[in-house]
Amino acid sequence: MSLTIGVLAIQGDVHENITSTKTALKELGVEGTVVGVKTAEDISKLDGLIIPGGESTTIGQLSLVNSSLKIIKEKIERGIPVLGICAGMIMLSKTANDRVVGKTDQPLLDLLDIKLERNSFGRQKESFEADISMNSISIPKFNGVFIRAPSVSDVGSGVEVLAKFNEKIVAVKKGNIIGVAFHPELTEDVSLHKYFVNLIKKLKN
Amino acid sequence: MLPLSGERTDAKGIIKDKSDSGNILRGTSTLKRGFAHMLKNGVVMDVTTVEQAQIAEDAGAVSVMVLDKLPSDVRKAGGVARTASIRIIEDIMDSVTIPVMAKCRIGHVYEAKVLEETNVDMIDESEVLTPADENHHIWKWDFTTPFVNGARSLSEALRRIEEGAAMIRTKGEPGTGNVAEAITHIKKVNDELRSIKAIYDSGDNQDLVRMAREFKVSYDIVEETAKLGRLPVVNFAAGGIATPADAAYLMSLGCDGIFVGSGIFNANDAKERARAIVLATTFWNESEKVKEAQKMIDERQSMLGLDVKTLELRMQERGSSA
Repeated sequence: MSLTIGVLAIQGDVHENITSTKTALKELGVEGTVVGVKTAEDISKLDGLIIPGGESTTIGQLSLVNSSLKIIKEKIERGIPVLGICAGMIMLSKTANDRVVGKTDQPLLDLLDIKLERNSFGRQKESFEADISMNSISIPKFNGVFIRAPSVSDVGSGVEVLAKFNEKIVAVKKGNIIGVAFHPELTEDVSLHKYFVNLIKKLKN
Repeated sequence: MLPLSGERTDAKGIIKDKSDSGNILRGTSTLKRGFAHMLKNGVVMDVTTVEQAQIAEDAGAVSVMVLDKLPSDVRKAGGVARTASIRIIEDIMDSVTIPVMAKCRIGHVYEAKVLEETNVDMIDESEVLTPADENHHIWKWDFTTPFVNGARSLSEALRRIEEGAAMIRTKGEPGTGNVAEAITHIKKVNDELRSIKAIYDSGDNQDLVRMAREFKVSYDIVEETAKLGRLPVVNFAAGGIATPADAAYLMSLGCDGIFVGSGIFNANDAKERARAIVLATTFWNESEKVKEAQKMIDERQSMLGLDVKTLELRMQERGSSA
């Protein structure tokens, strides 16, 4: 069995996620291909999808233009695993508020019942690196790279909290959907990408 | 994983802090360069007012760059061009959710400090403004805020990265609506990258040392760049981009994204043009979509371009020798 894993290639750090996922596949000895995807046709063939970091307003608007937003939502509702990173986690949420500007009127996938705050830790100067723990998925120590990161202040029923930092929720999971506020693809550690590959493998069987 | 070639782990701009959940670091190369990576495949738009910033955000820009005057108006006005009014920068920061950048003069350490204190997301040490120091650029490692710098060659780009730039853009010729210089600069950088890669692959270390001397940078950064075959930081196109086709062409030459200066807000169809340039940047490798984007604009509304051969002021030459 070979897995087809896509990284949404509208805007943001697509290449870094492709590299991390390829490394994860290799380290796990799992067969698979990793591709940047843009069109509905490419997305429809996937076993798993990563929505990378970038600007959520840009990714949202442009994936609306070529109808990829609709197919992404359908695929995730039908159960393919998705990993949303930073802007990707914002895309997965029901509503987004900006810390300064307030409620934003941006296209979202409306899949994760979480209360999300954009730019939650402040502007770029306040961006930070710190160790976090995701014990429930057996990643006790991970270098979290938080860049103008969002956070989650509250979760709805069935949404599991994977990690917190300074009382703010920074990683969540609900079934096939994972959202993280930090950037695993900017570090050498591929343990989260490995966890995601294993989830894809498990759900494909 | 990010290339961290040339990083200085002892930089003054790195802040070690404690929090309830453990130690934290700010201003590291991963955070600065990582910020620039989040802008990839996007368009950064020059703006002078809150209204323009909102148009940019609605069009799908990944960031806005605040100036006192658009580059073509800087040309017309003459005199000394300085950093924008802090109140306008702050008003824009309060009204859009995307990152806000601002320009400071080349070598003007205190304009940069003022912008860092204002909390802009990135500082552009820019040739569009009048240089404050012809011999020295800012030592950007002293700042926690990331910097972007212009370059027209690989040696210029590597010198700026060695000074701490987290992102590079071509200089082009700002405020002209003429994309020719940006095309020349990105092709030159690409050619030079190919040649140092070839030297690296041949194993001729002595020749790499010669290149480092020629570029006036350390051997290490030349070797690591040669090994990568690309700049160790994100490289955008800038200077003279005025149409969707301009943006798509530069993306096809390997640029990571686009800066548009006067091209949008000095055109008479700014809203449509902003949107069209974003579309062409995202879908640059689909000709049908680029055509659709180009169709959204009207050439009769484009800014009047300038022939770079007859210019009295060549902004691209500012700070190039240092």
